[in-house]
Amino acid sequence: MPAAEPEVVLEREVPAPQRNRRAGSRAAATDAAGLGRARAVGFVAPALVLIGVFLVFPALWTIYIGVTDYQLTGAAAAAPKVVGLANFLSALNDGLFHNAVWLTVLFVLGSAVIGQNLLGFALAWLLRGVRPWLRRTVESMVLLSWILPSTVVAYLWFAVLDRNGGTLNALLGTPGTAWLVTYPMASLIVFNTWRGTAFSMLLYTSALAAVPPSQLETARLVGASGWQTVRDVVFPHIRGHVLTNTLLISLWTANDFTPFLLTAGGPNHASETLPVFIYRQALEGGQLGYASAVSLLLLLGNLLVALVYLRLLRRRG
Amino acid sequence: MTRGPAWMLRRIAFYVLIAVLLAFFAIPMLWLASAPFDTKPGLGIRWPDWTTGNITATFRHPYALTSLVNSLVLCLIATAVTTAFATLAAYALSRVRIPGRDLLLYLLLLLSSVVTGTAAMVPIFVMMFQLGLINSQFGTALVISGGMLPAAIFILKDFMDAVPRSYEESARVFGASSRQVLAHVVLPVSRPGIATILVWAFVNAWGNFLLPFLLLRDVSQQPAAVLLRTLQDEGGSANLTVIPVFSLLYSIPVVVLYLVVNKRYGFRFHGGIKGG
Repeated sequence: MPAAEPEVVLEREVPAPQRNRRAGSRAAATDAAGLGRARAVGFVAPALVLIGVFLVFPALWTIYIGVTDYQLTGAAAAAPKVVGLANFLSALNDGLFHNAVWLTVLFVLGSAVIGQNLLGFALAWLLRGVRPWLRRTVESMVLLSWILPSTVVAYLWFAVLDRNGGTLNALLGTPGTAWLVTYPMASLIVFNTWRGTAFSMLLYTSALAAVPPSQLETARLVGASGWQTVRDVVFPHIRGHVLTNTLLISLWTANDFTPFLLTAGGPNHASETLPVFIYRQALEGGQLGYASAVSLLLLLGNLLVALVYLRLLRRRG
Repeated sequence: MTRGPAWMLRRIAFYVLIAVLLAFFAIPMLWLASAPFDTKPGLGIRWPDWTTGNITATFRHPYALTSLVNSLVLCLIATAVTTAFATLAAYALSRVRIPGRDLLLYLLLLLSSVVTGTAAMVPIFVMMFQLGLINSQFGTALVISGGMLPAAIFILKDFMDAVPRSYEESARVFGASSRQVLAHVVLPVSRPGIATILVWAFVNAWGNFLLPFLLLRDVSQQPAAVLLRTLQDEGGSANLTVIPVFSLLYSIPVVVLYLVVNKRYGFRFHGGIKGG
C-alpha cells in the first residue's frame, strides 16, 4: 500500500485513485468467473439505469429548465416558454445573485481553503508526538463532529451561539450577543471549519506518514524551527496532497446545504450562499427556471474543479 | 541533553494548544450529553437538573417514533439498492473488459463529484413532482441511491481489483459454474469491501437532509432529519423538551456504527453527508 495515498475511504473520494492504472486494468480484466460480456453488461445495467435517471438526466435537464420561464405555480407552471438566455442575463444583473456568489467565495475561502486546510494540517502535525490515548481522544472528537447528522449538528451550534445562555456568550462574558444574527458569515465559517476538518486531518495524517523520518531528523539536528521544518522539509513532500485536498473540500463546501439549517440565508440575505440562494429562488420564490440557470452555473463550476482534480490524479498515478 | 525553561515553556504551550483544539471540537457536543436530561433544557450548556421527563415527552410526540421508523425504511432501501447494484457493477467492471469501460469509469468518477444534491435539486424536484413521486419514500430512497452509486462503484471496484483472481480460477478448474463461483468465492472474499459500502451508504442516507426535505412534504412520511428541523418552529418556537432527546436518539446509530468500525478497522470510512 503506497503510504502516499489516504488509507481512508472518504466521501466521494476514490481510495486509491487509478493506481498503476494500465497494469492494473489488464490484469484485472481477466474474466476468471466466466461471466462473459453479455452478463457483465447485465451486471452493470441496474446501476447505470439509476445513475442515468437520477443523476445524469437531472444534470442535463437543468440546461433545458434554465432556458425556460418555468415556475412552481401560475400560468408559467402549466405551459413554460423558452426564454433563451434571459435567465442568465437577469442573473448578471441580480444583486442577490452577486451577493450569493460573493458569500460562497468567502465561505469556501474562509472555512475550507484556510480553516479546514490549516486546522486539519495542524492537527495531523501536532498529534504525531502525543500519547496514543490523547491522540485517540482528539481524533474521535474531530471525527464525531464530521459524522453526526447535519440537523443535529445545527442544534449543537445553536446552543453554542445562542443569544441567551449560549455557551460562547458564557465563555466570553458577552451576554446578549446574537452571533448568528450579528455575525452570520463569520459564524458559518467557524462552524464549517469545525464540521469538516476531519477530512483534511485524515488526509494529512496519511500524507505525513510519507515524509522520510531521516529528513525530519536532519532538520531537527540542524536546529530548524517547527515552521522551517514544515516549510522546507514537509511541504515539498505533501504539495500534491495539499492541492487535491483543497480542491475537494472547496467543491464540497461550495455545495454545502448546512448553512440553510443554521441561518436559512438570513438575516436579510447576509448568509445566503449559492445552495441556499438556489433553494429560496426555486422553492420559496417559485422561480424554477431562474434557479435552474443558477444551478447550471454551479454545475459548471463543479465540473471545472473536478476536471482539474482528475487531471492531477492522473498525473500523479 | 539539558532541557531548560525554554523547553518547558514550549511543552506547556504545546499542551495548551492541544487542549484548546480539543475544547473547540468537544464543547459543542456537550449539549447532546446534558440537555436531554435537564428539567429545563435550553440552548446552552449547564449541569443538568436530572430528569427523565423529556424522554417520556419525546416518546409521546405524535411523529417522533414514526420519523425514526421512516428514517430506517428510507435508509434500508437506499443502502440495500446502493450496495447490491454497486457490488454487481463493480465486479463486472473489475473483471470483464466491457467496451468503453475506461470512459465509463472516468465519467462515473466525474459524476460522483460534479452532480451534487444542491446543484441538481431543482431538476430532481421537478422530475419527481411530474412523476407524482413527491411523498414517496421509495422514490426518495432511489434518488439517494442514484447519488451514492458512482462513488460506491468506484470504491468497490478498487477493492475488487485488489482481490486475487486465483481463487476464482481454481474454483473454475474444479468445475464450479459461474453462479457458484460468484456465490461461494467472490462474495465471501469481497465481504470487507461490501461491508464498508454498507456502512458508508447507511450513514450517508441516515444523515441526508436536503433530498427528503425537498421530496417528502407530508410529515407522516418524513425521516428524523426533516422532523428534527420541523421541531424548530413547531407552534412558533423551538420544542426544547423533545429536540435534545430526539437529537440523541437520532444520533445513536451513527455513533454506534462509528465505534464498531473504529474498533474493527481503525477509522476507514466516512459518514455524514454534506449537502446531499
